[in-house]
Amino acid sequence: MTINIALFGIAREIVGQSSLTIDTPAGQSAAGLLAELRRTYPDLGGLRSLAVAVNNEYAADDVVLHERDEIALIPPVSGG
Amino acid sequence: MQIDLTDQPIDVAAVLAAAESEEAGAVNAFIGTVRNRSEGRRVVRLHYEAYPPMALRQLTRVAEMAQEKWPMLRKIAVTHRHGTLEIGDVAVVVAVSTPHRADSFAACEYIIDTLKEVVPIWKKEEYEDGTVWVAAHP
Repeated sequence: MTINIALFGIAREIVGQSSLTIDTPAGQSAAGLLAELRRTYPDLGGLRSLAVAVNNEYAADDVVLHERDEIALIPPVSGG
Repeated sequence: MQIDLTDQPIDVAAVLAAAESEEAGAVNAFIGTVRNRSEGRRVVRLHYEAYPPMALRQLTRVAEMAQEKWPMLRKIAVTHRHGTLEIGDVAVVVAVSTPHRADSFAACEYIIDTLKEVVPIWKKEEYEDGTVWVAAHP
């Protein structure tokens, strides 16, 4: 399936663009997506943390992604 | 509850007013401002980036959790700014009102502490000689 991933902060700088469109196996999990992305962009692995958000909520590792989900990579937050 | 994200200067008085309640004897506020030093280095300005729909969703969740933990909370108002902020600018305001003051201190502190852990907003510090995304690396 094809998914769009919104990128923010340092994740956006590492990848070099503010969104990514990739092909990923149907039934891919949040953890599986992170593993894929860390292989393609090794600098993502050096971050203190990296979370996946699906439809504006943090996704646990085993959450299954769907093609029309709003997916974002969440590097360490530093608001406030 | 009033939850806002803005790229404009925050009207602090308006956020405080949004937290007022005739049933409250206490209005308590936290005002986060841009500091001129960080980890010993001089900061020139800050850049805050937000993921707006999720930031609003998570800010609302934090306020809802505060309401659950402190059922006597009357009003909650939070405004977070994003974009480029200069030294001394107000980055965030959290204001709450409760019947009695002890709960207002606790609830206000909880909201800002929790907001800092979960809301998808990112701060980039600009120094004379470079920039750093705060807390990005171990």
